[in-house]
Amino acid sequence: MSAPLDRWIHTPPRKSATFDDHAIAEIRRAAATGIYDIRGAGAKRKLPHFDDLLFLGASVSRYPLEGYREKCLTEVTIGTRHAKKPITLKIPITIAGMSFGSLSAQAKEALGRGASAVGTSTTTGDGGMTAEERAHSTALVYQVLPSRYGMNPDDLRRADAIEVVVGQGAKPGGGGMLLGQKITQRVAEMRVLPEGIDQRSACRHPDWTGPDDLEIKIRELREITDWEKPIYVKVGASRPYYDIALAVKAGADAIVLDGMQGGTAATQDVFIEHVGIPTLAAIRPAAQALQDLGMHRKVQLIVSGGIRNGADVAKCLALGADAVSIGTAALIALGDNDPHLEEEYRALGTTAGAYDDWHEGRDPAGITTQDPVLAARLDPVTAGRKLANFLSVLTLETQTIARACGKSHIHNLEPEDLVALTVEAAAMARVPLAGTDWIPGVNTYAR
Amino acid sequence: MAAADLATTSLRELNAALHRLAPDSADLHWRVLNPRGEHAIAAGLTAPVTVEIDGHVGYYCAGMNQRARVVVHGNAGQGVAENMMSGEVRVEGDASQSAGASGCGGLLVIDGNAAARCGISMKGIDIVVKGSVGHLSAFMAQAGNLVVLGDGGDALGDSIYEARLYVRGSVKSLGADCIAKPLRDQHKGEVHRLLDAAGLGNQVDVADFHRYGSARRLYHFHIDNVGSY
Repeated sequence: MSAPLDRWIHTPPRKSATFDDHAIAEIRRAAATGIYDIRGAGAKRKLPHFDDLLFLGASVSRYPLEGYREKCLTEVTIGTRHAKKPITLKIPITIAGMSFGSLSAQAKEALGRGASAVGTSTTTGDGGMTAEERAHSTALVYQVLPSRYGMNPDDLRRADAIEVVVGQGAKPGGGGMLLGQKITQRVAEMRVLPEGIDQRSACRHPDWTGPDDLEIKIRELREITDWEKPIYVKVGASRPYYDIALAVKAGADAIVLDGMQGGTAATQDVFIEHVGIPTLAAIRPAAQALQDLGMHRKVQLIVSGGIRNGADVAKCLALGADAVSIGTAALIALGDNDPHLEEEYRALGTTAGAYDDWHEGRDPAGITTQDPVLAARLDPVTAGRKLANFLSVLTLETQTIARACGKSHIHNLEPEDLVALTVEAAAMARVPLAGTDWIPGVNTYAR
Repeated sequence: MAAADLATTSLRELNAALHRLAPDSADLHWRVLNPRGEHAIAAGLTAPVTVEIDGHVGYYCAGMNQRARVVVHGNAGQGVAENMMSGEVRVEGDASQSAGASGCGGLLVIDGNAAARCGISMKGIDIVVKGSVGHLSAFMAQAGNLVVLGDGGDALGDSIYEARLYVRGSVKSLGADCIAKPLRDQHKGEVHRLLDAAGLGNQVDVADFHRYGSARRLYHFHIDNVGSY
């Protein structure tokens, strides 16, 4: 017996790919509140990323290194161009700038402990340097930001390197925001602001406006610190070829290039998801700029934004980076978004793995908060050890891939070691589509 | 008095020598000749030294100054005394934009005019400008005092926090959240103290000044205020 035909009278419900559940929910949220969504973290939408690349490994024409016998060095020296005291890191993975204010003092201490345990650097953020992070960081990079909150020449001299922040990947062209819940007495005093107000951070530096000014600004910082410190320039990924060329011209020792997957403490969702370019798309133009200027490996390129594992690290290095920087992954290693806190995340209207209301200061993990009770939940020693473990794994994974490609130093990884799984990734990374010799935009497809 | 001639001495040598000075050094009075618009002259000083510069200076003269007294017998380029922590910087001519930017302490005196963004992001510095200031002066000014004997430009005190602005002349326009406030006795006393420190003593009637400061309406982001930005 056949099924009755009337079951086909009504078409089954079909949701729009354009107006999907998230888009509809956001329209309703906007209609209800009249204000844009603010959140932390980086771009969440699916983007061309390092998963779209593969290493080829050794074969008949390439000679691999023995994984458990032969050395694969990981040391990186930053600041060799001009600084009297360059910093040498044991691993090519650094901790990105994150502020005390957006993070608890315990989290900042844990970042310092974890980084120091494996011989790498950590970075201050908006709001200045805390005694805790200086004490627990063997190599500390001091950020000079547009807001100049907490900017102090004594701290400048206490730092191991200086990072002039022009922008960040989550919001190239945007300033910062720290809502009143997180402006505690200590945070307010460090930033010279009234306690409890919604703090805005400027998007432009107060005393320079363009690349020529930046060159003079860098020279001033060198004069103040007697040319000892490496000076980085951090840019959000938007026009990497030109930004990197201008940063080199301005005299940078190193450049931090942050893709749109890089996190922020708090910014409008529309900014995070729609301004800037993916990390994958930014590295080759940046490396090309350095090569065109004869500065590749002389001005170090540090890439950040969405780096999760050793494969991501190795791919960044193969595309031309000297080192990488992690932020979101480091917070996860400390305990951010841990499923054991699921009940508390649900109480906040979210779920473990999705919590991004870092600006509200109610983080049950005690990381993105200034609430003393919540912050006390994070043990800096234990969290620091977890971060050190994670950094060690990233390094081991990077070495594993490098050895498989026959490299005795992670810096010997090169674009030739890579292929792409998608046409988009091939075009962005300027490596061949797997199984072909085709690099879109570079050559034509030939069978 | 020690002297350094920038026609024959490099900026690096000068600044290194000034950085080496200890509070009890014998030579705590320096004269710099032929500055010729060089940038970052006397930047990053920490000793209580007096540095007199005979001529015009470029960007960031006396940047991040601590304890030193720097006198520019000429004009100053962009960002003079930026992020000053303490001490005193005096410009006998005009100053370019961003004078005293993000300064945290000390006194900056400009005998002439200051261009745009004077006192931008100031965090405790006191600034006295005997002439006028350009647009967006005291933008996001957090703390400290800006005293202007001449006029204020467009958008004075835009997005101001707790800094106090005193202008004797007219103001072209006030920025977001910046309003006129009553000049009470305590403010007159403050202006008098700053004028005195700037060497004007009783030459100016403090009652002639107008006070401006934050309305504090934008301290908490509220959608009803979105038109203010």
